[in-house]
Amino acid sequence: MQQSKLLLQGVSKSFRQGRQALAILEAIDLEVAQGEFVSLIGPSGCGKSTLFNIIAGLEQPDSGSVLIDGDVDSRRAGKAGYMFQQPLLLPWRTVEENVMLGLDIRRVARRQAREQAQELLKRFGLAEFAQHYPVTLSGGMRQRVALLRTVLFNPNFLLLDEPFGSLDALTRLSCQMWLLDLWQAVHASVLFITHDVREAILLSDRVYVLSARPARVLRVVEVPLERPRRAEQLSNARAVELEQELVSLLVKEHTRYETSLAR
Amino acid sequence: MKLRWLANYGPAFVLVVALLALWELASRADLSLAQFLPTPSSIVRALALNWDAIYTNTIPTLLETVIGMFVATALGLLLAVLIDFSGWSRRAIYPLLVISQTIPIVALAPLLLIWGGFGLGPKVVVVTLYCFFPIAVATADGLASAEPDLIKLLKSMKASHWQILWLVRLPGAMPAFFSGLRIAATYSVTGAIVAEFVGAYQGLGIYMETSTNSHAIPVVFATIVITAVLSLALFALVNVIEHLALPWYYTSRLPLHEALASGKTHWH
Repeated sequence: MQQSKLLLQGVSKSFRQGRQALAILEAIDLEVAQGEFVSLIGPSGCGKSTLFNIIAGLEQPDSGSVLIDGDVDSRRAGKAGYMFQQPLLLPWRTVEENVMLGLDIRRVARRQAREQAQELLKRFGLAEFAQHYPVTLSGGMRQRVALLRTVLFNPNFLLLDEPFGSLDALTRLSCQMWLLDLWQAVHASVLFITHDVREAILLSDRVYVLSARPARVLRVVEVPLERPRRAEQLSNARAVELEQELVSLLVKEHTRYETSLAR
Repeated sequence: MKLRWLANYGPAFVLVVALLALWELASRADLSLAQFLPTPSSIVRALALNWDAIYTNTIPTLLETVIGMFVATALGLLLAVLIDFSGWSRRAIYPLLVISQTIPIVALAPLLLIWGGFGLGPKVVVVTLYCFFPIAVATADGLASAEPDLIKLLKSMKASHWQILWLVRLPGAMPAFFSGLRIAATYSVTGAIVAEFVGAYQGLGIYMETSTNSHAIPVVFATIVITAVLSLALFALVNVIEHLALPWYYTSRLPLHEALASGKTHWH
């Protein structure tokens, strides 16, 4: 059997808030196979970002294990390309230099890094912006540049935290299709956080639904749509059925959480 | 562009001309005043008549100022990085910097003369003392204001402490550094003059002093004019260097302004 890209077993985490311990993650089991696109959806503030920080090696779990390519080493930084909600481009670097950032950190020779960045920008339709500064770009363009930077740093394993959350619907759709194109070209394994059920269905092989805080895995579903995906597939009977199922699950979870807070 | 330039500097220019005219008229009308306060026209005459002496004395002052600025920039940057290194280094170094600024330079300058002689060294020290502080403080503030998420991003890429400093914190602190450098530039010439005042072979400070002692008041004023021109030139030079060094900081603003003005906030 092939080694899974990411395997989480019973990952728990809590933060201290004054004297109380605030549980954030509760025994999360999760798997991303090689080349698989997996989405995480759940109510906002449920601890998805904390989970990403743990996978990216920025934080350690209180208990449970994190295996990347079967390796339990706790020094995981650099083993995944982590993309945040904001594009976080460096304003003093051009688009091309921003895309090269990860290679600079890996101390790849400057010329070689520049060539790789240029190639990637050309392949994914951003060559004409290579010499622009980020501030002159639109929101959608900035997210694409940030994605290419993440891919050039680590094309094997991407952690994408709501990358398109702040975009308008049309830009979002074009970014989603662009991401699918990119994902297929580099054969990456992807773990993708979103609030948007339709986005999760359009992009993913499998979807994990998380509960409100403390986050537990409520359900794991396979997305029964063929690849390559097209936006029209969202109106397939099976996609619509899945969407309704997931939305009602999330609404139920949200109501349960609200009433538990009210009590 | 020319219109904007005029709009920016026009009012100051008009005010200066009006004040000069008033000054000229006042000292011509009352001759007893002219003994103490020379007319602007007599200052210009003194400047022209003593040009050779003033020029010879400007060169060492300029040299001291520029060398002092370089030393202050290096020292200021180094101190800023040290301050930023950790919480305890900030708490250790910051108070010392502030204390260094409480030393009256007028009292220190004669001592430096005793220790270091009449040459260049003591002057450079005084200019440095005047200039390193705004540079260090502004740059340290710039380093401290780096976006936490950017640092988190770099850490997720397994960047070292020095890489984070070099790739994120220092470039991000450059606009603040230049603000400090601008303030330092306006202090620097005054620093050199103060240092020369207590003793020097040559320089605008000592020239000013000997002119005062021989009651050549228009010459003193002419020297003050040169001092002001030097300070303004240094200030302008810092601005030019900043525009060349930080194209992103300035190009970034222009398209945004234009975009807002034309109602297009983004394009695809």
